[in-house]
Amino acid sequence: METRRMRLMLSLIWENRRQYGQAMIGTLFSVVIALATPLIMAETIDAVLDAKPLNAPRFVVRAFESIGGREYVVQNLWIVAALLVALSVVRSAFMYVRGRANAQAAEKASLDLRERLYGHLQRLSYNYHVKAETGDLIQRCTSDVETTNRFLASQLMEAFGSVLMIGIAITVLLAKDAGLTLISTGMIIPLFLFAYLFFKQVIKHFKISDEAEGKLSAVLQENLTGMRVVRAFGRQRHEAEKFDAISSDLRRKNGKVLWLLAVYWSTSDLLTMAQIGAGLLAGVVYASNGRITVGTLSVFLSYLGMVLWPVRQLGRILSDAGKSLISLERIDEILRQPPEREDADSVRPSLSGDIVFDDVSFAYEEKRPVLEHVSFTVRGGETVAILGATGGGKSTLVHLLQRLYEPTCGRISIGGHPLEKIEKHHLRSRVGLVLQEPFLYSKTIKDNVGIARKRRTEEEIFEAARVAQADGFIRESEKGYETLVGERGVTLSGGQKQRIAIARTLMKENDILVFDDSLSAVDTQTDAAIRAGLLKKRGNVTTFIISHRITTLAEADRILVLDQGRIAQQGTHAELIARPGLYQRIYQIQSAMDEEFGEDAGELA
Amino acid sequence: MQDWEEKDYSARFDASLWQRLLRYARPYHKHLWAIVALMALAALIDAVFPLMTREAIDKFIARGTTEGFVWFSIRYIFLVVVQTANIYGFIRLCGKVEVGLCYLIRKLAFERLQELSLSYYNRTPTGYIMSRMTSDVQRLADTIAWSLLDLCWGTFVTVFMGIAMFRVHWKLALAVMSALPPLAAVSWYFQKRILKSYREVRKTNSQITGAFNEGIMGAKTTKTLVREEANYEEFTVLTRKMRGSSVRAATLSAIYLPIVISLSMTATAYALWKGGYDVFTMAISLGTLQVFFSYTINFFEPIHQVARIFAQLQSAQAAAERVMTLLETEPEIKDTPEVVERYGDSFAPKGENWPPIHGDIDFDHVSFTYKEGEAVLEDFCLTVKAGQTIALVGETGSGKSTIVNLVCRFYEPDVGSVKIDGVDTRERSQLWLQANLGYVLQSPHLFSGTIAGNIRYGRLDATDEEVEAAARLAGADAFIGKLEKGFKTDVGEGGNRLSTGEKQLISFARAILADPRIFVLDEATSSVDTETEQKIQAAIREVLRGRTSFIVAHRLSTIRSADRILVIDGGKILEDGTHRQLLGKRGVYYNLYANQFREERERRVLAGEAE
Repeated sequence: METRRMRLMLSLIWENRRQYGQAMIGTLFSVVIALATPLIMAETIDAVLDAKPLNAPRFVVRAFESIGGREYVVQNLWIVAALLVALSVVRSAFMYVRGRANAQAAEKASLDLRERLYGHLQRLSYNYHVKAETGDLIQRCTSDVETTNRFLASQLMEAFGSVLMIGIAITVLLAKDAGLTLISTGMIIPLFLFAYLFFKQVIKHFKISDEAEGKLSAVLQENLTGMRVVRAFGRQRHEAEKFDAISSDLRRKNGKVLWLLAVYWSTSDLLTMAQIGAGLLAGVVYASNGRITVGTLSVFLSYLGMVLWPVRQLGRILSDAGKSLISLERIDEILRQPPEREDADSVRPSLSGDIVFDDVSFAYEEKRPVLEHVSFTVRGGETVAILGATGGGKSTLVHLLQRLYEPTCGRISIGGHPLEKIEKHHLRSRVGLVLQEPFLYSKTIKDNVGIARKRRTEEEIFEAARVAQADGFIRESEKGYETLVGERGVTLSGGQKQRIAIARTLMKENDILVFDDSLSAVDTQTDAAIRAGLLKKRGNVTTFIISHRITTLAEADRILVLDQGRIAQQGTHAELIARPGLYQRIYQIQSAMDEEFGEDAGELA
Repeated sequence: MQDWEEKDYSARFDASLWQRLLRYARPYHKHLWAIVALMALAALIDAVFPLMTREAIDKFIARGTTEGFVWFSIRYIFLVVVQTANIYGFIRLCGKVEVGLCYLIRKLAFERLQELSLSYYNRTPTGYIMSRMTSDVQRLADTIAWSLLDLCWGTFVTVFMGIAMFRVHWKLALAVMSALPPLAAVSWYFQKRILKSYREVRKTNSQITGAFNEGIMGAKTTKTLVREEANYEEFTVLTRKMRGSSVRAATLSAIYLPIVISLSMTATAYALWKGGYDVFTMAISLGTLQVFFSYTINFFEPIHQVARIFAQLQSAQAAAERVMTLLETEPEIKDTPEVVERYGDSFAPKGENWPPIHGDIDFDHVSFTYKEGEAVLEDFCLTVKAGQTIALVGETGSGKSTIVNLVCRFYEPDVGSVKIDGVDTRERSQLWLQANLGYVLQSPHLFSGTIAGNIRYGRLDATDEEVEAAARLAGADAFIGKLEKGFKTDVGEGGNRLSTGEKQLISFARAILADPRIFVLDEATSSVDTETEQKIQAAIREVLRGRTSFIVAHRLSTIRSADRILVIDGGKILEDGTHRQLLGKRGVYYNLYANQFREERERRVLAGEAE
């Protein structure tokens, strides 16, 4: 685990080594120049204003002498000033390189991570998505990626810069005066440890208050979506109390975090100020008895100001970096899931032949079979209706046709080709499956209907919508086919969604059509109209229809009755109503009312 | 369709908005003043520290003595201690203000949300309200607490350092201070742009979140449509946009910061040039020069902060506007002061004054429109006797649901009145009506928690036995019994661990437990399988007995058993009577069902032939 996520992090960095390299060079030079500035000022104070010997590399001394030495420079201090400004401009250029290259590297890494995640999620199996906790997945894809991005975009280079800054500064100071260095940097390690340990601790509290905030959102969300229920039962006060309890809890937890931060900032500021104070006081004593020069004192004071902040940051960054490794681990958990693959020897046959289920069994979990020894044959072009109780295995049965699941045992074949040899992509493009609770994309209705077909004309879209009995309500809405669906658009009723999903599936070129109870939310008349339209359009398409409606079932060439994972009965409508069993029972229940209606009407007629 | 694109900044500073907002913050006014005072002190100490350095250089180093050093050390330590206490104090105060304001505004807004009429919820997407209640409130409280702090600090530090510099060496101070205007201008220019580019990043980021949301929620559908690659291609457009805007934002910062640093370095260099010569000519002390160095290096920070805050205020103001709009939205349905006086409001009901309810319902010349110019009901009259079961039949959009909504007082008539027991519902409190009303929806909504907890929502003080009895009546006991934890089963967020049919049975039990006088069923039985529906039908018949009820349903059996069937079309009652009476009329109802009947007969003929 540890190594895997480390390797992932390193590979993200390594893949962008050129940009990171540039950023590191930029950082190095801007740090060096930043640290050189106080030295120049110190030498100006000592060697120019105070006539001490110039303490600098030989080429600097030579240059100093060549322009006229102290006498000249002190009359022309603008030279030093210009040097400082020039260095600052050079440093600016390096800072720019660092900022830009770093961003390019980090954003490229995040882009890769996002695309890998998205692509991988698309390629994961159907079953993975059935079981997945969507909220958690989205969390991983968004906030965990952001955490990783934060590390790559700022923390990494900041840590590098801080270490560089601290290392060079202390080396320079040691060369100047080891004793004073000890006094004025002695607090660095405690300060760093304090920052590091504190943030390690406080992460726990951050998490606690994040969770509390999540709860608040959940309660709020439920209240808003359930507003009718709240009102219908007059539970406003109950809700307000529930919210208040959660909100107070969040307040307390956030308060705790902020209190901890107050303790942290005041304590670390105390340590920092104490460190600067120690440096100043000791430096003053040393300078007054001539052990160091005023310039050296000013270098110490400047460096302390420059170094102590990065020390605190470093503690924080290192404890934060732990978070990004955890995030990366959570991301990696997704990437580790094996995606669906096509077999090398898969074939792409025509799918209009006979479909044979031969002793097919299926279980989602061991010992809890959903389908048991199911065998039947459907001739190409036939319409088969499936009836059965909820959870009886109907949906599973048709899902097998798209290879969304593979049977636990037994064989399925289409036109003599074993199903497991048929390429999934091919299979799914030729088998139109309409789910009971279809998902519509947040695009226009037109794009939603046309989504399964690249080359399409408007007329084809309208035609598909007409067959699915969706054209009418679409045109009635203000923007018609341009209406946006989803979060920021209109909310469609279950029946409307189903009809759009049917239209969308009709846009594909189907050899097999499967309606997984996908007319459950439309009324009987519309249901009948859709089926009539399909009948006209369909041609030689093998069709499976799952439904509870006898009217729908009765029209099929054959009806399969599934009961607890087995085929209890199969036959035509006429055969089945004559035989005692589930079908007859349902038939009686559903037709009882109509029978009565018939009697009433008969009486009155 | 309204455009719900979030506006994330506002163009002009709106003082009255902040004033109104600060009024909400009244309990924290003293905290805010204390913060201002502490910041003044903190800034003062920040400005004093360089002066201490000057004193040390001039007094001890220049003279080569340590006389008075102890006193100096004591003063220095004293300042450090005070500043530490100060820092602790203002962070603590700001924290209090932040979490307190969040809590306060959320509380007020939540209560307001409980009062807003359902028409508001029909207009406003949930996500929109959510973002106001969570991130907007948070940003607002943040801004009020921490921006004030930074603003005060920035201003005070600039002023104090300015004063100190002028007192030390006014000519040099003037020269150095002349760098301030360009610094402020550059800061303002860049901060605005940086903020704008980060807004762009955030916007793209939320699009990416949306895309992940869709990619994950829609993954099953995507598979059945073989859309994986196409979705991926669309997604890469977004990630590329994200990279572009992120790099742009970072680049802007990478230009801005060096400019500011160079400007402040220019000031330092100038101080060294002019001040250095003054030191040489003994016009000023070395310590004084050192003070200027400190100030020139440090004064860029406050300017940078103030510019940042002003830039941020623009987007904070947008958040403030959104939150204030929510707080100031008036509910369209409101009990009059007299009614509240008598019967209490939704949070403090006076149940003892509530009159008992009998259950007669009258629509007295009611007209109603959702949108201007689209009358749903016009001059609608209907008298329902207590205990009657009314079935409403008609197409979607015919006005069935509107009638039910008016009975529930989710909406109020524009003209005319809805009377219960002869009294206009507006003369009684909303809670009184709701307490007597049972309501079951087509798409049942459950709250996270246990099954028992959800049923108990109907009557909060119900015993376990009563809860179980209600579940039995609703026919929900069978499936609950099969669950491992029975009534203690957690239903998950929004009840999503249960099937739609199960959720419906529970929402039924919940309504039964409430034991209402008026019962409303809104297409509640249309999406369960036939056998479950039979169970519900039986329960319904049991429950409806003796209660005034309205049913909006498609199923024949439900409708047929009603006392009265109303065929509604275009907001008018086309037909009114019992099942038999309406069949006798041979009108719309007859035709509606003749279709179904014919289909049935054809099938029976088919079956007969087969026999």
